[in-house]
Amino acid sequence: MSILVDRNTRLCVQGITGREGSFHARMCREYGTQVVAGVTPGKGGTTHEGVPVFDTVAQAVEATGANTTVIFVPPPFAADAILEAVAAALPLIVCITEGIPALDMSRAWRTVRTSASRLIGPNCPGIITPGQCKIGIMPGHIHKPGRVGIVSRSGTLTYEAVHQLTQLGIGQSTAIGIGGDPIIGTTHRDAIEMFNRDADTDAIVMIGEIGGTAEEEAAEYIRQRVKKPVVGFIAGQTAPPGRRMGHAGAIISGGKGTAAEKMAAMRAAGIHVCVSPAEMGETLKRYVH
Amino acid sequence: MKIHEYQAKELLRGFGVAVPRGRVITQAAEAAAAARELGGRAVVKAQIHAGGRGQGGGVKLAATPEQAAELAGKILGMQLVTHQTGPEGRLVRQVLIEETASIARELYLGIVLDRVAARPVFMASAAGGMEIEEVAAKSPEAILKEAFDPDAGLQPYQARKLAFGLGLPAAALAPAVKIMTSLARAFVALDCTLAEINPLILTADNQVVALDAKINLDDNALYRHPELKALRDLNEEAPLEVEASQYGLNYIKLDGNVACMVNGAGLAMATMDIIQYAGGSPANFLDVGGGASSEQVRHAFEILLKDPAVKAVLINIFGGILRCDTLASGVVEAARAVQLNLPLVIRMEGTNVEQGRKILADSGLKIIVAEGMKDAAEKVVAAAHTA
Repeated sequence: MSILVDRNTRLCVQGITGREGSFHARMCREYGTQVVAGVTPGKGGTTHEGVPVFDTVAQAVEATGANTTVIFVPPPFAADAILEAVAAALPLIVCITEGIPALDMSRAWRTVRTSASRLIGPNCPGIITPGQCKIGIMPGHIHKPGRVGIVSRSGTLTYEAVHQLTQLGIGQSTAIGIGGDPIIGTTHRDAIEMFNRDADTDAIVMIGEIGGTAEEEAAEYIRQRVKKPVVGFIAGQTAPPGRRMGHAGAIISGGKGTAAEKMAAMRAAGIHVCVSPAEMGETLKRYVH
Repeated sequence: MKIHEYQAKELLRGFGVAVPRGRVITQAAEAAAAARELGGRAVVKAQIHAGGRGQGGGVKLAATPEQAAELAGKILGMQLVTHQTGPEGRLVRQVLIEETASIARELYLGIVLDRVAARPVFMASAAGGMEIEEVAAKSPEAILKEAFDPDAGLQPYQARKLAFGLGLPAAALAPAVKIMTSLARAFVALDCTLAEINPLILTADNQVVALDAKINLDDNALYRHPELKALRDLNEEAPLEVEASQYGLNYIKLDGNVACMVNGAGLAMATMDIIQYAGGSPANFLDVGGGASSEQVRHAFEILLKDPAVKAVLINIFGGILRCDTLASGVVEAARAVQLNLPLVIRMEGTNVEQGRKILADSGLKIIVAEGMKDAAEKVVAAAHTA
């Protein structure tokens, strides 16, 4: 009852001995995720808080049967970490790192797209299937197992949506933060295609923000193929043009990528668009329950 | 990061892009000598980080060195207003004195990162001198595009295709290909997010010259270009934004009177939106980030309050990594330090929310606690109206 991750996920943590990697590996394990391996070059053969550490991703996969990796490597080395995970043929790669140079991602993206691996992120909170598996930095306790899929470019705004749903007694199948960078591995459309196919997802919450045209592309797919109810919100309705709003990808440039355009495209596709971010949960409840 | 025209031209010259000769000056007294070196006739160009300088009166042609000095005297020190500066304009501290050129045609060249293709895309248009956004809106088919691989670079055949598409004469083909491939090399080597030559001019003798140049650099890649970091001009940035960046905070000043402090860019934008939805107007965007310390929270709070337009403050935190007790301690500390006398509305959710609420309740400060984003926005907007 989920997409991409569940209780069978066996997680490798790249950068497990760093401050962030160490803390979040522990949090993921406490949530119930099977954290089977860590990778820190030069620290192979040691263990970190009970998790065996390897020098390379390939060694970690061979020794532990890891089938997913999460990357907490600093920005200058993160694109390389993604490529190493692709080379080790890991089916799912979740990159949390924020601040990767855009051209590094441009170079890595091609390799990822022509491989069998799926990349989520970078600059994202990760992915969670409530009650089964948490990969990333989201607070686990706000989630509730259920049948609503969530996809968002923003971390804390995803938590906001999850919280609103949980407060209303509505659980989530899987929540994915796809990341706030201009170049990302999994787009809104990719995530919505998976939710659309998932027999255990009944409805979808799609959260976008200013910049780019990914929301419009997802809306077009929804118009053509998705029968499940979709609730949407776009952050940045009041954002000034030409200014980068925190996320590298959140910028209205050349008059393009405005919230108004995205909301219009989403409405035209039959998506229930909320003007206020406080109404995501209520709107979903109205159309689903 | 944005840089000035003269800096962009110097960088591009290093990659083989033909640019006019020129010198940047800060004193009008230096203008005549600079113009004389260039042969007497010169263009005087205000150097600020905004487009539309010509229309705002920041670019003038001088027929003699004396006139160059006079024009430089007028432009230096002026508050130059363009469509990108806002009504208050931008103080001109430097002007570029540059040689004039004989213009047969004006063209546009530019490179940005295409998000869908995940590659740099080279754009060319025969409508030089116009804002590319305007061209894109009116006649998108007039913009020729070639995506290229960052490591392989723009291939000569792609540059030829663009040059022929622009209708350049055969005699100008080789220099056009050179300038295009050079611009593409610069884009990759410098880790640009934008590299633009507008206008690129074709001279009467079939040379191509970058009459203007604009480069934006990828902040995330500056760590590998220490020499480019030095090109940052803090005078061109809002003082509060500079101060915020020193503390690792992401602050953008806006025109409203409801200040907001939020963790996460998406939630911060959504908080601005809901303030407006509740009938108010956001004074800023402020993302304190996922793992802010209580010290960062204190700095953030102080920065918000330095904006004299602010009438009320909203703190909206969804604690994930940033714990609510950390936030509460930072806020209490800061509110005491600055002797806060503006209404403060706090909405907190997530990790350690109970401890956070207790810290706020025990502080003795007059804090309005809100439940949910809607309640928070309504309370802060009401407080701003009565303040």
